[in-house]
Amino acid sequence: MAARSSAAVTLDPVALGRLMPLHLLLSPDGTLAAAGPTLARMLQGTAWRGSHLSELFDLRHPRRGLSGGPARLVGERLHLVMRRPPHTGFKGQAVACAGGMLLVNLGLGIGVVDAVREHRLTERDFAPTDHAIELLYLAEAKSVVQDVLRDVNGQLEAARTAAEEQALTDTLTGLRNRRALDGALAGAVASGAPFAVVRIDLDWFKAVNDNLGHAAGDAVLQAVARALRTETRAGDTVARVGGDEFVLLLAGVAAAEEAEAIGQRILVRIAAPVPWEGREARVSASLGYVLSRSYARPDPDRLLGDADEALYASKRAGRGRITAGRVALAAGPARLSRPAAARALPPAQ
Amino acid sequence: MLGLVIRAFQRFVVDTYGAPAWEAVAHRAGLPVQGVEAMRVYPDALAAEVAAAAEGVLGRPRAGILEDFGTYLVSHPDRQALRRLLRFGGGCFRDFLASVEELPGRARLALPELDLPQVEIDDAGDGRLTLACRPPVPEVIHVAAGMLRAMADDYGALVVVDTAEGADGATRLTIDLLDARFAAARPFALVAGVH
Repeated sequence: MAARSSAAVTLDPVALGRLMPLHLLLSPDGTLAAAGPTLARMLQGTAWRGSHLSELFDLRHPRRGLSGGPARLVGERLHLVMRRPPHTGFKGQAVACAGGMLLVNLGLGIGVVDAVREHRLTERDFAPTDHAIELLYLAEAKSVVQDVLRDVNGQLEAARTAAEEQALTDTLTGLRNRRALDGALAGAVASGAPFAVVRIDLDWFKAVNDNLGHAAGDAVLQAVARALRTETRAGDTVARVGGDEFVLLLAGVAAAEEAEAIGQRILVRIAAPVPWEGREARVSASLGYVLSRSYARPDPDRLLGDADEALYASKRAGRGRITAGRVALAAGPARLSRPAAARALPPAQ
Repeated sequence: MLGLVIRAFQRFVVDTYGAPAWEAVAHRAGLPVQGVEAMRVYPDALAAEVAAAAEGVLGRPRAGILEDFGTYLVSHPDRQALRRLLRFGGGCFRDFLASVEELPGRARLALPELDLPQVEIDDAGDGRLTLACRPPVPEVIHVAAGMLRAMADDYGALVVVDTAEGADGATRLTIDLLDARFAAARPFALVAGVH
């Protein structure tokens, strides 16, 4: 112990308690001689004065505990946990004082939020230099900011849903969706220029999903989308309107031959096998089409309905073919559907 | 300026004057139709535009509206978060006043983009303090007046807060501290939910 020099400080217990409200004074035998006001509050209800430190606290660090005497604690980073509930944890350090006494100053560290709640501490229980209040402020500010972020997320979620509802693109294939098709059809009808509406339904698609899985099905849909984009022009509309249903709006197409030539090329492309994890997914397509020119007053719903009827004629006639809508042949007998040049085989999956 | 500030003002207008009043303010100020985003940074000038729009729509002087906004921020029963965060500034109103200059720093700790104006408190020592705000948003002084009155109430301190024009033309607040012995403070526990 250093001899008292002119710089040595002597403090009365009240002053010490103000500076370090969480301190305790240990006698050489390890019993508590005094405690700071806040620590005394936290120990309220126990006969702490004269009790051994290890009766009140579990010394977690240093591990060897008090063996070798309390003086061994000097210079260590202390970690103590109150033995009685709520088992508050403390950080601390010890310095030697006159008479073999040990001054141990404690702090609540990161556990301060719980300790304040459980011991009902107030700002008066902390020294102004203690960062406890700032830590509590930050903890609360953090939860306020989190609430704000939750609100922001909710708004973004709502905006995303709204955007999806207004979207014109099918996310899987990148093709236009039903909403976009409706807009394009209305525009085409309003413009008065000739166009063709082609409905496409895949054959054997369910078998691909069932036998190779939905990921294979998605790959097929994407391959079909590529085929449709390849065989159409920039001014055409290519839309996916259902699971495996597509609609083409072919701008400027006024002749059945032209529509069927495009349809035949599409049939060939769609019939090409799609490689999938070392196997092949095979589908074909059934097509039905109408020409706007066949109608005195083209109506989008009517065009789609008639093209759909033609599509089902293709299905009934054995799939993998294109059929013209009845209205196109108002003057003649029902036209035979034409099979694809390269007939799609039934699936080999 | 964070959109959060505009959104707080929006809540104040909606709660006090109704949703149609806010829609009129937002329209007049040219705010985005989908609303201001809390965590997005907007130009400071937007705050002045919103204040001017509120003045026109509500038919009241801007200073009074902003002061009510300040009071609302601290004292509205549904908006306890800010009051609690401010109470961490000190155990009594005097300590709180002493901490007001730290507010921009505290705000930055919570939200780095929340750029509050620099506040200066001048304590003449005779129970009268002067509070000045640095630009860029001079209107904020009126919000501060409302907040200070509400915080004084919260601490149970008796004060008189007034605006005064300084020699430089900037508006300052004078805060006269009266005897606080007979007023009861609203309870404040360091951790929310403890009484």
